[in-house]
Amino acid sequence: MVAPHNALRKPVSSGDQAESVMRVVAEKPIAVRRSFADRFADAGFRWLITLCALSVLAIVGFFVYELIVNSQPSLKEFGWHFFVGQDWDPVSGEFGALPFIYGTLVSSFLALLIAVPLSLGVAIYVTEMAPGWVRTPISFLMELLAAIPSVIYGLWAIFVLAPILRVYVGPALAKSLGWTGFFSGPVYGIGMLAAGVILSIMIVPIIASITRDVMAAIPQTQREAVLALGATRWEMVRIAVLRNARTGIIGAIILGLGRALGETMAVTMVIGNRPDITKSLFAPAYTMASVIANEFTEATGTLYASAIVEVGLALFLVTLIVNALAQMLVWMTTRGMPSRAHGQ
Amino acid sequence: MLKRVTLVLFCILFLVGLSFAQTRLNGAGATFPYPMYSKWFSEYHNAHSDVEINYQSIGSGGGIRQLAAGTVDFGASDMPLNDQQAKQIPQPIFQLPTVLGSVVPAYNVSGVSGEIKFTPEILSGIYLGKITKWNDKAIAAANPGMKLPDRSIIVVHRSDGSGTTFVWTDYLSKISPEWQSQVGANTSVKWPVGLGGKGNEGVAGLVRQMDGSLGYVELIYALQNKITFGPVRNAAGNFVKASLDSTTAAASSAKITGDDFRVSITNAAGREAYPIASFTYLLIPKQWKDSTKKGAMIGFLNWMLDSGQGMVTSLDYAPLPKEIAQRERSVIQQIR
Repeated sequence: MVAPHNALRKPVSSGDQAESVMRVVAEKPIAVRRSFADRFADAGFRWLITLCALSVLAIVGFFVYELIVNSQPSLKEFGWHFFVGQDWDPVSGEFGALPFIYGTLVSSFLALLIAVPLSLGVAIYVTEMAPGWVRTPISFLMELLAAIPSVIYGLWAIFVLAPILRVYVGPALAKSLGWTGFFSGPVYGIGMLAAGVILSIMIVPIIASITRDVMAAIPQTQREAVLALGATRWEMVRIAVLRNARTGIIGAIILGLGRALGETMAVTMVIGNRPDITKSLFAPAYTMASVIANEFTEATGTLYASAIVEVGLALFLVTLIVNALAQMLVWMTTRGMPSRAHGQ
Repeated sequence: MLKRVTLVLFCILFLVGLSFAQTRLNGAGATFPYPMYSKWFSEYHNAHSDVEINYQSIGSGGGIRQLAAGTVDFGASDMPLNDQQAKQIPQPIFQLPTVLGSVVPAYNVSGVSGEIKFTPEILSGIYLGKITKWNDKAIAAANPGMKLPDRSIIVVHRSDGSGTTFVWTDYLSKISPEWQSQVGANTSVKWPVGLGGKGNEGVAGLVRQMDGSLGYVELIYALQNKITFGPVRNAAGNFVKASLDSTTAAASSAKITGDDFRVSITNAAGREAYPIASFTYLLIPKQWKDSTKKGAMIGFLNWMLDSGQGMVTSLDYAPLPKEIAQRERSVIQQIR
């Protein structure tokens, strides 16, 4: 900053002179003697920070290494058929993870389907419409919901949600939407639908509170400008708020999806734990995280235990792929349309 | 300040010294007998303050793995290890029965007065998905005069791997060749029909909520939570309701040869025997390097077979029959 400034002010007679002036100015800081401790501290800090960053890589690397090593017997036995096989029979030693992969993906997708509109609604209401005295309690309760342990959600789902689904929601859905095939067969209350609903309740606080923060970060002037152009309140929300906040909102959805993919306890309590691929959402299903939690402790025998570790590997891969796809989505939606608001 | 630090240091040293004076045994494994084991270990510690036994109920499979890795001194399993499974553990082991448990068919059928009785054919038929209604011929034949509803049977089973499932499927395998060939017996199996609940509480929760459901839970859990369950017809042709006595009766008929206690007592002979029962086992290495630990282990095992068995019924476990306890005593002497 200093060097070009000085160089510019002085009329340049020749290139050589200008260079020497610049060099003098540039070399000036070096003249300040630094103690050994200072230099050591700089280098040390640099290494420390690098180490911190590398530790993330190391942890993930170690994780993958362990998963692959411990699933060797199963990898050798089944190869890639493991990921497309539909049989899970510990007695005869037949293992295929497809029903679990399907269950994880469908239950998480179902959760997003319910949670995203709901969270957006909550966030828009809290930031744009709610009077001050409602805003604080709603935000507080939302954050409280995020802190409830998943086993509590699971118990609540068994004793409250499942009966409601069985007695009221299930029959109504079967009557009105039964023709789609998604809502057919006996309604147990327990099953894919219950898992999707409980997951959506669990991820709403995450998505809603991050979305609220992102929306709150949008400058007030943006809103005023849109309103000044004669926009209605809804148009203001759409043009000034949602459009500018979309990167942050997608980030919030990805975080919610991450929790839904990995959630174990609450899901296993209500999903029915049956490794089947069925179109109907009333039918019981199974997820990857659930089968690991359910069967690992009692898995006797090398092949069985390694098959469960391989389910862990599959979960890791699925999470990786889903996250990569989500990143691509962010990239595609923001391309050519720079967003002005920066969420955290 | 310095004084306080020295004091604290002394205290720590003292405590460390104290714990070194004790013999500490570590074990891990089955969850089913955990309440019993934890009472035994604490009572034994009260009586013998120099021995402390830690037990982690991480599941039978986990216990076997830990014992194989050598991180614990002994293991515990609800399912006896067959020869192939026992090979996973580098050192030879004794599998010693400690208490008995049984598994009961728990049901929820509203509008039915009296207990629904179950035959082997009914249970295997329902779990194979062949009997689907409560007013099925087979159920009606076993329960003459009972008004059974025309309601679908909702089958519930454990979703987590467990010794309870092993006992249940072991029983079904014995009484139904079809189950034996199609499904088999294990801590978790490929269920032909039904919903999975996690743990006894998960199964009981589902059964309690859904009219027309049938599940299976441990006898202890059913007793303590007042869950409705029915009697089952045993090999002698009697309908026997599960109880501590009928469970012990099932074990009395077990034929044990030598030091091998790995015998299934499901579908046991004997007029009073309840047919869906099982031992739970401690897995004890045959040879010990550390002689103080060995001494402590032997001391505990003898105590367990003697005064330990007296505490069993207070926690709703069924005690071992006397002959088996006697036989175990002679096996314990072989620990080197």
